[in-house]
Amino acid sequence: MGKILVKNKEMVVPGEVIVEGMDYLPAGNVFRENDKIIAETIGLVNVDNRLVKLIPLTGFYKAKKNDVVIGQVRNITFSGWLMDIGCSDLATLNLRDASSDFIDKKADLTKIYNFNDTVIAKITNVTKTGYIDLTMRGPGLTKLRGGRLIKVAASKVPRIIGKQGSMIHIIKEKTNCKVIVGQNGFVWIQSEDPVNEKKAIDTIRLIEKESTTEGLTEKVEGLLK
Amino acid sequence: MSYTKRKDGRKFDEMRKIKAEVGVIKNANGSAKFQIGDTIAIAAVYGPRNLYPKFLQNPEEGKLRCNYNMLSFSVDERIRPGPSRRSKEIGLVTERALSPTVNLKEFPNAVVDVFVEIIQADAGTRCAGICAAAMALADAGIPMKDLVSAVSVGKVGDKLVVDLDKSEEDYEEGATDMPVAILPRSDEISLLQLDGEMEAKEIIKALEMAKKACLELNKIKKEAIRKKYKGEGK
Repeated sequence: MGKILVKNKEMVVPGEVIVEGMDYLPAGNVFRENDKIIAETIGLVNVDNRLVKLIPLTGFYKAKKNDVVIGQVRNITFSGWLMDIGCSDLATLNLRDASSDFIDKKADLTKIYNFNDTVIAKITNVTKTGYIDLTMRGPGLTKLRGGRLIKVAASKVPRIIGKQGSMIHIIKEKTNCKVIVGQNGFVWIQSEDPVNEKKAIDTIRLIEKESTTEGLTEKVEGLLK
Repeated sequence: MSYTKRKDGRKFDEMRKIKAEVGVIKNANGSAKFQIGDTIAIAAVYGPRNLYPKFLQNPEEGKLRCNYNMLSFSVDERIRPGPSRRSKEIGLVTERALSPTVNLKEFPNAVVDVFVEIIQADAGTRCAGICAAAMALADAGIPMKDLVSAVSVGKVGDKLVVDLDKSEEDYEEGATDMPVAILPRSDEISLLQLDGEMEAKEIIKALEMAKKACLELNKIKKEAIRKKYKGEGK
């Protein structure tokens, strides 16, 4: 029978042995060496039946299929755009996936999305060699005009959104800002009033910093009063 | 005359006082500071990011690139800033000491840059640099098999000692310095250099001492990492 050496939800660092024995299976961010399962990153242990995985506390965004992300145009090629979505590689947005409207092949691509334009896009494919395909055909996938973009750790995104969007709802309501959070940790904020914009950014930074404290929703509500 | 007592009153197998801190540089993806006695190293990790020139890219695996630098005020007499033959070598051995532990399969065509800066030097800088770099890599979230630990062992006069300081390295009756980096879980050695003379028997004994010291170092490093991320989760 296998033996779990660390408690559930406990923190481990790389190289730490989590499980001894063959009855458990390694899932995300852990690996097997002989009969041991070992942590690969700093994270919290999560044992689900026989699956052992880590919820990482650090590291940056790993592209996943069907994630809705916010990207910025970094380069333009003959057939599309290269977007920065916070991965080590740029993601490609192909011409035919760029818009639900027809785009002529000879069109000037900078007229559609120029350098540093911010867009919402969905990941359609991630290859093993690191290529990421994006699409902008679909509801809600558009170019974002104006506003400002801030970057937070992708692992903090669930906290910023909150349970069923509760946290993001508070921020939107109290600051009167438009806020869009991408799965990759890019957050776009727009408001008529720069003071409100600043307030929203400060709030998001606070959530990022204190993502682990309990009763954060109340704290945020108090801050935005 | 034999070497009977260490200047700072340490035991022969005792390391200097160690301080470790993670997350010291805000702009880096991961960073750490490691202090052993009067030697202080800071390490910063950037990336994985795109690697240029393009011919250096490897589509099968990411690349680890280490850079070691001693700041001009880190030693008693000012050293000329910028890369030198020595810093190039140490950058390379740091890279080789760390590369068996990092898993960069997920980052094809990319590079992970590690910058090690020595802000104060009192011997054992490459070992301090490796320790700092290992912590910084973990902080950056690079997948790793283990946290490499490094310490210098050696022979001062006729005694085998752990963690030599500068005065011991310059001992007038001759001193030998042997930096060792060990993967603590598997006891594999990823760095072994030797400057001076030592008998084969002594080397084996010194390696045993290094292993013991590295396990101790590993505990301190893990503690430092835990300290930064404490309170996360739950």
